Amino acid sequence: MTTKTYTSDNPLYLDYHATTPVDPRVLEKMLPYFTQNFGNSGSRNHAFGWKAEAAVEKAREQVAALIHATAKEILFTGGATESDNLAILGVAEMYKDKGKHIITCVTEHKAVLDPCKHLEENGYTVTWLGVDKNGQISLDELRNAITPETILVSIMHANNEIGTLQPVAEIGKLCKEKGVLFHTDAVQSVGRVPVDVEAMNIDLLSLSAHKIYGPKGVGGLYVRRRNPRVRLAPLFFGGGQERGMRSGTLNVPGIVGLGEACEIARKELGSEAERIKQLRDRLWAGLQKNLDELYLNGHPTDTLPGNLNVSFAFVEGESLMMGIKDLAVSSGSACTSASLEPSHVLRALGVREDLAHTSIRFGLGRFTTEADVDYALQRIVSEAARLREMSPLYEMMKEGIDLETVQWTGH
Amino acid sequence: MDGSLTRRKPRITKGIDMAYTNKVIEHYENPRNVGSLPKEDPHVGTGIVGAPECGDVMKLQIRVNDSGVIEDAKFKTFGCGSAIASSSLATEWLKGKTVDQALEIKNTQIVEELSLPPVKIHCSVLAEDAIKAAIVDYKSKSTK
Repeated sequence: MTTKTYTSDNPLYLDYHATTPVDPRVLEKMLPYFTQNFGNSGSRNHAFGWKAEAAVEKAREQVAALIHATAKEILFTGGATESDNLAILGVAEMYKDKGKHIITCVTEHKAVLDPCKHLEENGYTVTWLGVDKNGQISLDELRNAITPETILVSIMHANNEIGTLQPVAEIGKLCKEKGVLFHTDAVQSVGRVPVDVEAMNIDLLSLSAHKIYGPKGVGGLYVRRRNPRVRLAPLFFGGGQERGMRSGTLNVPGIVGLGEACEIARKELGSEAERIKQLRDRLWAGLQKNLDELYLNGHPTDTLPGNLNVSFAFVEGESLMMGIKDLAVSSGSACTSASLEPSHVLRALGVREDLAHTSIRFGLGRFTTEADVDYALQRIVSEAARLREMSPLYEMMKEGIDLETVQWTGH
Repeated sequence: MDGSLTRRKPRITKGIDMAYTNKVIEHYENPRNVGSLPKEDPHVGTGIVGAPECGDVMKLQIRVNDSGVIEDAKFKTFGCGSAIASSSLATEWLKGKTVDQALEIKNTQIVEELSLPPVKIHCSVLAEDAIKAAIVDYKSKSTK
């Protein structure tokens, strides 16, 4: 194997939670739908339309098969943010006569938090469930939060920052018992861990193509059709595509790509998840072997195979990122985001702010190799060790000073 | 004024390269005077400023000789690249200065030298505070 060299202009990609490259097999299937088969799937009068429609319907089958749904239950959208908005706002509008109470969780993605906030500002009541130190909600708290007014529970399957898997099967069972609809944002979990809308009693599920080696700008929403039949008010109006729930000409090449990405994931998920989990374990073991004072953020076992979110105590996250510019990773540190707050997810876990400042999220995926992991390890270990030599906090810790008792001069 | 054609200042909100000048990167990669001096030594003044939950803590130390000249300066910093660069630069400037001259170092000079963007000005303030704290500590020892 040849060793690749990485630079800040051409870094090693370890941010598979943010997005993934399009799998060449996916791209190959998409290409004809840009050029020769460019038809509008809504054109009923000629072969261009028929071919596009057939491609869309095939993709619907492929998406459905991955999550154990039926093709008619899949809607195509412009991405998972749209899917989340359509699920939450669509249910809220359609079921408002039944009740105006929604339950969600503080560690959700903004695409769920913000539509819920919008509803809260417009006459709905929202219960924001907290999480334990591993990032999971309490089923008892959820049970107690459900009232006769509750119309929807929206809890993500896997968290995008820390990888923690919520107990969706138990949540689904509880919602079923209580007769409340259950939506899950499964953007990070579909294609990475098994998802079964029947076994998990999921009524609505958001998914995205670009997280599973498909193109950006296309997503899906599973909407249960029986037991119960879920109805949604549309977000926008027009040509009445997708059974009136999502007007707009379908993104045929994108949908073909999503379908193929789901097909590949369905066939390869088992072996791929195992391989990626081993790489992730190799990275974590290597870090722990070479560095002390590391803290894992997220659940130790109920987690995505490729996620590793670690706080490097006594090293500021942004300075660590600066030292490993040849690695494309994310930081939970305040300085790298527009807001001056550390990540809302790490805060919800109760991670101390100083540790939240030092967190790095690694996301491993389909094209990550063992050599990549070893390269990343060597770079992170040497840089973290260098910065700790420079860290007054690390020195104080080594001297046995309890940093909690020090009187700091804030600024 | 014709508002439509006025140039907007680029906003630095995200990213690393955008926020760092070459001088900052140079200090970050080759920091000067990293280390520690013996805290108990009467010729050594130690200043520790900042707070871990704010994301930066600077420790700056000076060793002052009998004629009041700063012979040596060391730092350790927990913080972003600009914080490391600000303290590294401060130790460079301190060496060879008298204590009184050192008190004249202003954060604005650090901002200028490193071309720090507005979001990083607090790093320079922290460095100035660290210098002052180290001098206060030294003076409190030498008057004993």
